[in-house]
Order: sequence, then structure tokens, then C-alpha cells
Amino acid sequence: MRSTSPRPVFLTRGLAVTAALALAALTACGGSTSGSGGSGGGTAAAPGQGGFNPPAIEALKSLGAGEGQVNLIAWAGYAEDGSNDPKVDWVHPFEQSTGCKVNTKVAGTSDEMVNLMKTGEYDAVSASGDASLRLIASGTAAPVNTDLIPNYADVFDGLKLKPWNSVKGVAYGVPHGRGANLLMWRTDAVSPAPDSWGVVFDPASPHKGKVTAYDSPIYIADAAVYLMSAKPELGIKNPYALDDKQFQAAVDLLKQQRQIIGEYWSDYTKEIQAFKGGDTVVGTTWQVIANLAKAEKAPVEVTLPKEGATGWSDTWMVAAKAKNPNCAYKWLDWIISPTANAQVAEWFGEAPANAKACAKTSDASFCDTFHATDEEYFSKVRFWTTPIAQCLDGRTDVTCKDYSEWTRAWTEIKG
Amino acid sequence: MTTSAALSRPGPRGRLAAFLHRHARVRLSLLLSAPLAWLGLAYLGALAALFVTAFWSTDTFTGDLVRSFTWANFQDLVTGDVYRTIALRSLGVAVAVTLIDLIVAFPMAFAMAKLASPRAQRWLVILVLTPLWASYLVKAYAWRVMLSSDGVLGWGYGLTATIATLSYLWLPYMILPIYAGLERLPSSLLDAAGDLGARGWRTFRTVVWPLSFPAVVAGSIFTFSLSLGDYITVKIVGGKSQLIGNVVYDNIGAANNLPFAAAVATVPVVIMLVYLAAVRRTGALENL
Repeated sequence: MRSTSPRPVFLTRGLAVTAALALAALTACGGSTSGSGGSGGGTAAAPGQGGFNPPAIEALKSLGAGEGQVNLIAWAGYAEDGSNDPKVDWVHPFEQSTGCKVNTKVAGTSDEMVNLMKTGEYDAVSASGDASLRLIASGTAAPVNTDLIPNYADVFDGLKLKPWNSVKGVAYGVPHGRGANLLMWRTDAVSPAPDSWGVVFDPASPHKGKVTAYDSPIYIADAAVYLMSAKPELGIKNPYALDDKQFQAAVDLLKQQRQIIGEYWSDYTKEIQAFKGGDTVVGTTWQVIANLAKAEKAPVEVTLPKEGATGWSDTWMVAAKAKNPNCAYKWLDWIISPTANAQVAEWFGEAPANAKACAKTSDASFCDTFHATDEEYFSKVRFWTTPIAQCLDGRTDVTCKDYSEWTRAWTEIKG
Repeated sequence: MTTSAALSRPGPRGRLAAFLHRHARVRLSLLLSAPLAWLGLAYLGALAALFVTAFWSTDTFTGDLVRSFTWANFQDLVTGDVYRTIALRSLGVAVAVTLIDLIVAFPMAFAMAKLASPRAQRWLVILVLTPLWASYLVKAYAWRVMLSSDGVLGWGYGLTATIATLSYLWLPYMILPIYAGLERLPSSLLDAAGDLGARGWRTFRTVVWPLSFPAVVAGSIFTFSLSLGDYITVKIVGGKSQLIGNVVYDNIGAANNLPFAAAVATVPVVIMLVYLAAVRRTGALENL
């Protein structure tokens, strides 16, 4: 999902882009050799109420002594040890307090994360919604015993036991943070202020050629969210569970939208520049992009449209074959502790998962800006989940379109 | 002196040298084994692996490869209108970039090889090479800024912008082979053509162009194949358009569908093979 894009990190921007491209190239090379490195599980994806039956793997029963180290796979900006900015460091304090040395492998895409996890050399991973279910289904990630993670109690309820971090009421990780895909517009070009996604789907838009959309198959879900209120007769319950007819409607809407699109964006520097220069005046965005664009004096505003929106929420998961499970659990507890969670949320630009983190941010209004405590706001956000053939909304009489079909359709939409 | 000593009383090294001297085939195979291994294993092997993968499929959920033979990927590729459109668009971009580079590069290379003083020649070569020192991404983003509607050029983004940017990026790869080709062209031939009464255009058509044609072909192979495989420039300045490279990238990077990506990736390989076969018929490859 965000796999094709660099993540919104406050790092040197050109560098982030280069790194993402290089990593993508590595993934492309690695993909041909790694193949099915996993346990070969996940074949028994029987349709059921929760989507599928994961392989039976036991969660850790009790916490023992630390193993002295832990091997992590993380998005850039999720495990900072002060090497990017000396003030941004929540890895060394962890090492000092637990005695677990942290070895971080930064991954550029969700697919790279899945492939790395299948090597069995890592203990924990910060998986996005498009990777988490695949890790669970292939038996690569184990259920997480949240009783062993004291800080889990303070995590917002809106993030617990969700379809992308649990299966049938069993947690497979701890939530890291969340954000929404918002509607951004230039105040000098678009008036009155839009409150609906209709403004980016209107074929007779006055902004023809200056509309932008996110360049990823997952953007089809944005069209589905709009259709949920624009065409209720389609009966879409979950934008990630689309049957043939619903999917076709979303694809048709996006093909029509292509006529008014100026460009599709996939890295955030590109979008900031397009909005700043006026090449783009309205389209989908992230909160962090809006903040950066405003900091560069671009006259932009953002809103969560009345139809709701798509969004993302990452999960720290533990490997089924973790060699250092105790240190992995300690890391999971640490990364959602109020102080560390506040640090990572501010550095990365997303809403923290821990309710108590809001008291620890350096910018007092941070949680308000990112709507961290606003459950009503996030109740309208439908977090990215991997579309699979077994409909995620529980329907068993139809098959849904899986992610590879979403990808084909996306190629077709762009033409 | 050493050779005569070796002949009179051959040591092990001498015997080996003598053996190799007598058996030309063994000598040749020893010399060629390393490059052939590289060609066979690293290069053709990778291509073969790609081709084999194109006949597999992936488990759509777990992302694991399913190693059983299927034509499905090629079927999708041939029956989908969108892939034909994208392939033709990529081909068009590659041809346009090659032609633009040729038109810009030929006079430049001619001036470097025939008109500039030897001292200026060296500087010009350095100047042509200088852009290669900067990162590809920096140059592509520089063009993005220039093409932006409030930028210096202000053309906006799209296919035209992609062609312009790619032409700029690959220009040195066209100039250098043509320059090298023209440098080998004896200036006396130009003088002779002039003495025989040929004017500029006729000299170019009957002397310069035929003799530099193999070099032009060499340059065009670079620009053509580099343009055909590019997917980053079009992402940065291409607006909403996509090329073959993007389809490959999206299928590996986002969808983890390596087999379909491999099937798509055979398209530029086939186009290049056709191009090379066509070039071979002109006889240009023999004169490289």
C-alpha cells in the first residue's frame, strides 16, 4: 500500500526518496531468489466469518529474562537511535533499561518486510495493514499475549483487535499509531471549501488537470468509500471487500476521474511541490504533508470529508520463530510506552497509539493537530487492509477481488 | 633471452607455455572461460530465470510463488488492451527520445571531432561527461521544478515532459559513440569530397553519414534501451502517464506478483531483439 512510496519521515527528503528507490530495487532483485521462504503455511485459507483460519501458533505464555538483543524490521523513522538527529533517540534508552541491544533493519516496502520476516532472522516487525494479514496467514507472525505488555492497556480502544491486527478476536500485535488520508485543497483556487470527496470525482470539475490522487492500487478503496454514500444501492459495507459489481463501479469511477487528474502522487515531496507551485489544487493527502506544505507557505487546508476516508495503522508483530521473544515483547511494550510513543509519533507525523502519549509530546497541540484522541474522527477512517478473496465484511455467498486484481485494475485505470 | 633459456631446458612453466602454444584451442578456451561464464551464468542465466518465472504464478494471499506451468500471464498480457497501449506508448517514447538525441548529438559530436582544437576537444568531452556525475534523481527532480507551471519552462507534466527529460538524461550516451566514430573518420576524406566539388549536404549524405552510421546505431541502442526500461522519470514528470517499466514495478513492488512482472518484462526484451535484428540487417553491427 504505502509500499510504492517513501514514508512521511522528517529526514533529508531527497535521501528518503533515493533510499526508497534503492530498496525497491533490492526487493525486486531479492524477490526472484527468496520465493517461498516461509513455513509453506497459509494454504488452508478456508472462508469463514473472520476471513480465514490462521495456522495454530501459541503465543508466549510468560515473560522470561531478556536474551540480550532483538532484531527488528521497521519503517524508516520507527526505531531512531539518534543517528539521524541526536535529539531523536528512543532506542538507546530502551537498551539501557532492558539490556536488549537493538539491531534494526529498515525496510522500504511492505513486500520487503514480508520477505525479510520469512527468512526467520528477525524477532519483530512494524507491519502495515497490507502486510500483517499475509504474515499471519503464512504462519510467519505469532499471536501476541497482550497481558505481558503492560502499556497495551492505555492504547486507544479504536485501535485494538481490528481486522488488520487480529484474527477472530486474537491479537497478533500492538498498534503503533494511525493517520488518515485527507482531502487537501488550495484556498486561493478552490472555493467554497469542499467537504466531500465529490470534488475530486466530479467529471465537470472546474479544476480539470489540477486534481491529484494517490498512485497505488489501494486508492481504489478511496473510490469505494465515496461510493458508499454516493451510491448506497451498491451495498458496499467495507471498502476493502468489493465483489465484482462493486469493484467495477469503483474502477469505472476512477477511470472517469482520470480525465480530470493532473498527476498521481506517490512520494510526498512531489505532492508538496505540486501544491506549492499550483500544479495541483485539490486531492488526497496525509496530515504530515499538509503541515509541511503550510510550513512552506502554501495556502492549503485539509479536511476529513463527510463520507469518511481511508487511513493507515501499523502494528508491531512478533515472529513465530523469534529467537529473542522476551526482548521482542519488551520492545513492543517500550514502543507504545507514553514517552517513546510520543517521540515516534512526533518524528514520523502520525497520531500516537497510547492515550497517555499526548501528555508527553514536545508540541502541546500535537495530539489535537493529528486528532489522536478524537475517536469520532477516526470512526470515519477505514484503515488499510489487504483485500483478499474471502470477503472481509463476512459475506460468504460471493468472492471478493484480491489485491493482485486490484493491481491489474489500477494499471488499467491509469491506461 | 628468457625464451631461449626456456626452450633449452623447459621448467614446469615453460612446459605449460609450450603446451598452450601448441594447443591453440585449449589456450582459447582458457582465455574465454571467464567472460563466457559471466555471460552465461550472470547475464543469460538471469534472463532465463526471468523467462521461466513468467510461466509461474503467485498465491495471491500469502505471496508465495506457485511453481507450476501456466500460460495465464502471457494470455493476460496479449488480451489486455491496456498493455498493448502501454507497450506502444513506451515504444513511441523510446523512438522519440532516440531521434531527439540524434538530432542534438550529431552536430555536437561533429563539432567536437572535426572543428574543435585538440585542447578544446578534451574540455568538450569533459563537459559532455559532467552531467553523468550528478545523480539521476537530482536531474529528474531539477526538470520537475523547471517544468512546473511556475517554473522556468512551465510546460506542465505529461508525456512531452517525460520525453524532454529522458532526452536530456541520455544525451551523453548518444554523443560519445558518435564522437568516437567521427574522430576515426579521416579529415582527408572531407577535403577530398570538397575537392571533387561536393557541397556540405552532399558530403554529409555520401561520406560522413555512411561512415558514421555504425556509431549512430551504437548510440541509438543506448538511448533506445535506456528509455524503454525507464520508470522513474515518468513517475516524477510524467503526470498521469505510465510506461512498461511502471507496470513491472507496480507488479513487483506493490502486488508482489513476480511472475506477471516477469511476463511484462519480456516485452522490452522482445522489442530490443527485434530492433537489434533490424540493425543487423543494415550491416551496421559488423562495422562497430
